[in-house]
Amino acid sequence: MSDVARHVAEHFDDFPQQHHAAGLGMWMFLGTEVLFFGGLFLGYSLYRHDFEDAFRAAGEHLYMWIGATNTGVLLASSLTMAIAVALGHHERWRACRWFLIATAAIGVCFLGLKAYEYYLDWSDQIVPVLHFKAEHFTKVDPAHARLFFVFYFVFTLIHALHLLIGIGVVLSLAWFAGRGKASPNQVEMTGLYWHFVDIVWLYLFPLLYLVA
Amino acid sequence: MERSLRRDITTYVIVAVVLGVLLTASIVTGMMDLGHWNPVVALGIASAKALLVAVFFMHLRERPGILSIFAIAGLFWLAILFTLSWVDFSTRY
Repeated sequence: MSDVARHVAEHFDDFPQQHHAAGLGMWMFLGTEVLFFGGLFLGYSLYRHDFEDAFRAAGEHLYMWIGATNTGVLLASSLTMAIAVALGHHERWRACRWFLIATAAIGVCFLGLKAYEYYLDWSDQIVPVLHFKAEHFTKVDPAHARLFFVFYFVFTLIHALHLLIGIGVVLSLAWFAGRGKASPNQVEMTGLYWHFVDIVWLYLFPLLYLVA
Repeated sequence: MERSLRRDITTYVIVAVVLGVLLTASIVTGMMDLGHWNPVVALGIASAKALLVAVFFMHLRERPGILSIFAIAGLFWLAILFTLSWVDFSTRY
C-alpha cells in the first residue's frame, strides 16, 4: 500500500472518514449541478409544451444517428471509468492508468462526433443568430423553431464544456496514477463527476433527438 | 486478480450490457409514433438508465445511505422547481 494512495489529511482521523467526507462533498456539488442543468430543463419543458409542433419540426433537423451513437459512446466511457475506479481501489495503478486514458479517449470520440454534427448543423443553416434559414419552416413559426435550436446549442455546448473539463481531469489523473501519486479517493470522485455528465446526456438525448 | 475486483468488474460489464439494451429500446420506441406517450416512454427509459448508472457506477448501492440522501436532495429541489413553475405557467391563461 503506497503512502500517497492512503494519505490522510491531518483534519481526518482515518482513511474511511476522509473517504466519506469526500463522497459527501462530491454529491453536494453534483446536487448544485442538478439544479444548474435543471433550470435549462425546466425552460425547455415549458416551451416544448407551448410550441410542441414547432419543436417537433425543428427536432427533425437533428441527426438522430449521431445522438444515438454518442449515447453509446458515453455509456462505454462510463464503463471504463467504473473499472478504473475499481482498479484504483485495489491500487493497480498501471491498469488504472490505462482505463483512465481509454475513458478520456472515448470522451474525445464523443466531442469529435459532436463537432462533426455541429458542422452538419452549420451546413443545414440551423444555427440561430449566426446561420439560420427561416424558410426551412413553413408550417410552424420559424421563431419557435429557432428557440428549439437555441436550447439545443446551449444544452450541448454546456454539456461539451463539462465533458472537456472531465477529460482534462481524467488525463491529469492518469498522469499521476502512472507515477504512483494518485489516491483511490481522487479516482472515485472524478468517476462520480464523469458519470454525472453521462447522466445529463442520457436525458438530453431523448429530449432533443427523440421529440421528433 | 483478486476476487472482489473480478466481481466488481463483472457487475459493471453486466450493467453496461443492460444499458446498451435500454439504449436500443430508446431508439426503437423513439422511431415509433406513440403520440403523447413518446416523451413519457423516452424519459422513463432515460430514468432507468440514469438509475442504473447512479446505483452501480456511482456506488450508491454500497456507500453509506447518507450519500443517497444527498443525491435525492438534489432531485427534491428540482421537483420543487418543476412543480411550482408548472403550476404557475399552466394556470396563467
